[in-house]
Amino acid sequence: MALTFAGQTPWRLLIVPALFDEAPRLRRFTVEVMRRLAGAGIASALPDLPGTNESLAPLAAQTLGDWRLAMLGAARHFGATHVLSVCGGALIAPATLPGWRYAPVSGGTLLRTMLRARLLAAREAGRDETSEALLARGKADGLVLAGLAIGASCIAELTDAIVPDAAQRDITHEQLGVTSGGLWLRAEPGEDAAQADALAAIVAVGLKAGPP
Amino acid sequence: MILSTDARLRALLGEVLALPPARVAAFGPDTELFGALPELDSLALGNLLGAIELRFAVTIHDDEVHAEHFITYGALAAFVQSKLAG
Repeated sequence: MALTFAGQTPWRLLIVPALFDEAPRLRRFTVEVMRRLAGAGIASALPDLPGTNESLAPLAAQTLGDWRLAMLGAARHFGATHVLSVCGGALIAPATLPGWRYAPVSGGTLLRTMLRARLLAAREAGRDETSEALLARGKADGLVLAGLAIGASCIAELTDAIVPDAAQRDITHEQLGVTSGGLWLRAEPGEDAAQADALAAIVAVGLKAGPP
Repeated sequence: MILSTDARLRALLGEVLALPPARVAAFGPDTELFGALPELDSLALGNLLGAIELRFAVTIHDDEVHAEHFITYGALAAFVQSKLAG
């Protein structure tokens, strides 16, 4: 399943979404960027990662490797000329597709955030867990983090997953030139028109400028 | 313009809670955070801790991840100040 926007220009963007707990918080922003790009005639497609959204596959069976393959397949299926990844999506974006990575983040950072949430909740409930013990358990049996059942292989991959050398250029949140912070920080899913305008503009201008 | 730790922390909280600056400026030492604000759940706090690490260039250890540090604005501010003091 994928959300697609048609376009009239030769550029077709594969959009790789944010991962895990960040996905719902960044979704509206991601779609708003796609909407603005569509307004500029640029087609885009945002696939559901296997195990997420409308996908029937179990999340716990997914690995980052599976998701990378899925994104390669999606790129091929949609005839993508470029890619825009959002946050952790940088970890699974097709490496050789030119494009951009907005606010890329390592697997370790994603994992650390979710582990801390679990530590806080566990300690509130009177259970003293440590991140070392949780990680060891997670790598053996998988772990429920942020309400998501994440498989053992995926936990192991996340621990070591760094944003790879790739054909994409990084766009930091600061480069958007807005006063509001990144939407992954928000406690609740939100939206920000200025941020969506800024990211869409950087991508649209970049596409029109051609290869560096 | 160089902002104080307090100003920077308020700005960060404003982003996390999607509150305008005036609202966050009104936070006092006893303003309740974690446990009182339903949107500031353990996951939101996990994100906040990561952001504190980045913005204040500190490292937060597992044994510091306890609700008592985040239960009021005063507690949170004291926690950040103590991290900066080293």
